[in-house]
Amino acid sequence: MTLTAQPTTTNPASAPATGRNGAARKKIIVLGATSSIALEVQRLLARRGCELLLVARSSQRLAEVQADLVVRGARGVLTYSADLAWIQQHAAIFDFARRVFPDFDTVLLAYGSMHDQKDSETSVDALLEELQVDFVSATAILTLFATDLERRGAGCLAAITSVAGDRGRRSNYVYGSAKGGLSLFLQGLRSRLYPAGVRVITIKPGPVQTPMTDHMPNAARFADPEQVARDIVHALERRSPEVLYTPKIWRYIMTGVQLVPETIFKRLPF
Amino acid sequence: MPGQSALRKQPAAPQPTEEVLSWGRYPRIAHRYVHKPAWSDQVPEILNAAAPGSLLPYGLGRSYGDSCLNAGRDLIDCRRLNRILGFDESTGMLRCESGVSLADILDVFLPKGWFLPVTPGTSFVTVGGAIANDVHGKNHHCAGTFGAHVRQIALHRSNDGLVVCNSEENSDMLRATIAGLGLTGVIAWAEIQLKRVAGPWIDAELLPFHSLRSFLDLSRESDGRFEYTVAWLDCFAGKNPRGVFFRGNHANDRGKEFHHKRGPKLPFALPEWMLNRYTVKAFNTVYYTFHAAKKGASVVAYDPFFYPLDSIRQWNLLYGRQGFLQYQCVIPEANLEAFEELLDRIALSGMGSFLGVLKQFGSAAPAGMLSFPRPGLTIALDFAMRGERTLKLMQSLDEVVRQSEGAIYPAKDARVSPAMFEASFPHWRSFVPYMDPKISSSFWRRVTGAQ
Repeated sequence: MTLTAQPTTTNPASAPATGRNGAARKKIIVLGATSSIALEVQRLLARRGCELLLVARSSQRLAEVQADLVVRGARGVLTYSADLAWIQQHAAIFDFARRVFPDFDTVLLAYGSMHDQKDSETSVDALLEELQVDFVSATAILTLFATDLERRGAGCLAAITSVAGDRGRRSNYVYGSAKGGLSLFLQGLRSRLYPAGVRVITIKPGPVQTPMTDHMPNAARFADPEQVARDIVHALERRSPEVLYTPKIWRYIMTGVQLVPETIFKRLPF
Repeated sequence: MPGQSALRKQPAAPQPTEEVLSWGRYPRIAHRYVHKPAWSDQVPEILNAAAPGSLLPYGLGRSYGDSCLNAGRDLIDCRRLNRILGFDESTGMLRCESGVSLADILDVFLPKGWFLPVTPGTSFVTVGGAIANDVHGKNHHCAGTFGAHVRQIALHRSNDGLVVCNSEENSDMLRATIAGLGLTGVIAWAEIQLKRVAGPWIDAELLPFHSLRSFLDLSRESDGRFEYTVAWLDCFAGKNPRGVFFRGNHANDRGKEFHHKRGPKLPFALPEWMLNRYTVKAFNTVYYTFHAAKKGASVVAYDPFFYPLDSIRQWNLLYGRQGFLQYQCVIPEANLEAFEELLDRIALSGMGSFLGVLKQFGSAAPAGMLSFPRPGLTIALDFAMRGERTLKLMQSLDEVVRQSEGAIYPAKDARVSPAMFEASFPHWRSFVPYMDPKISSSFWRRVTGAQ
């Protein structure tokens, strides 16, 4: 009896089947597969019988997630352990993905980091690290996959940015500028890939209950990662606009936030 | 994410943390810090860094009293440790982390034709909690407790790392951890034997009864033929109570599409005056009349049969801001008069509530050192917390239970005396050597005087 994860292989010969809600059983690459939101997204995709390639740092954690997703119905789960913040590793990640998933449909970028803003105000190293993880490395790896999808003329690129990127705030502008930069990058990429028929989805969650936000006051009132994941999967299935605010109320909140004149906004204490 | 200018790391200095309550919402106590590991590999760090007796694993908080609380100290919230690590399709053996809920297991495995070997009256408990309280269900008379179906566990211990426990290896530690109230360590994963079923349907039967004797007759008569038996009791009726007896078996699959319904949610605590002896009596009469009218056999989905209350999320808010206490005891069948005395005292007090649940336990040997179920009749009753008079009534019930050589159930308790605990679990001292030195709970300190 084996109680460990099944060795997982893809089986390109099998006919594309239709999962729940009519969603085609897709091949999806998740960058940052051990982040809280990614974990929930992957469970929903597993239920739909998708095939997944998971990329994250810890091979042990990847193995646990792989086992979980296989039991929950994923048709195949492959893992690749690498540090996505380290651009030198991107070529190897991309080559592996091309080799095992030559016909992947979707790439979801789900990793990020949020330092204490105070560190970045006093230490340039901390500032650059934040920008490196959340902006530089993210745009670098998306570019690799974008070019491949553009050449093939199909597929979907999705990345998790943040509502914090919609307006710079005193307490969180470093993280905000990295995520805001990523949002702008995705906006341009969307136009570039539109003629090729590749969708680009910008996912802007409000605050979510994850290890990244546990230390914040009011963390108990933040959105449930499962709810955010449901919205993301809807977006991947073309059932919502390409710029997704989740929970939905954040679209209206951020519209309001952006309307506040700068002379007032700069005086606000948060 | 828009963040406040807050610390990224866990605060080194103790600071008040979010309020964590048990299901009864009594007692209300403050914790120092709630750890929320997302990965099993983070648990050893938490254990290593902790002071002696400062931690307690916490799941979905469905224990009613203070056995899942740790006043002034820390909790390890295990809900993010919720991965299924393996499943053998041929034998039904499941390996999962301790934060996986029973609802999640049913969600994944019932469509594949597997069911929980034992389930309590709610599916919103974790596997870790089900083991730590060695929960029982409507099939106790034929399947024993949840712990009897745990083949193997791995336990994070502060002093000896990850310990695998099964019937060959560390079998004492396995027996201590089953019903060990989370005090022996943090369960990393457990292997549970699921059971084959044809589908989500139950052949259920519903029979009204009008006395304890007729309940017992029904129960004895049903035990051999029905896998699941339980009764609802109107506790306002004294020693000749009326009630409804439920019994059932897994039905052959009807091939019918099954949809899980998500019920309403009680949004806030009801005002206390809404729950009084008149409204509860009226409710009980309606409940009885409604069910008595439906008597007979029918095929029902598993969830209303096993988890009628799961359909109302946060039903515990029904009892108002002060919360409630649940009283669950077991009394040996030979002492039926004691049971009648118990019902008399409850009826006389006029403080009883709806949801009196009655079940005859089977004679299965206990799976854990501190397992609660033992041969006899068990009753569970809710009492809205109304201060001293509620506590007095429960003390007077304790007397009856103690004289009849019965026991109280720690998972439901928030106020029992050390003497009553000792009467219920005379061998509790032999459990102490298996406790993890870094772990303690409010309940344990209260009933044993431990620091």
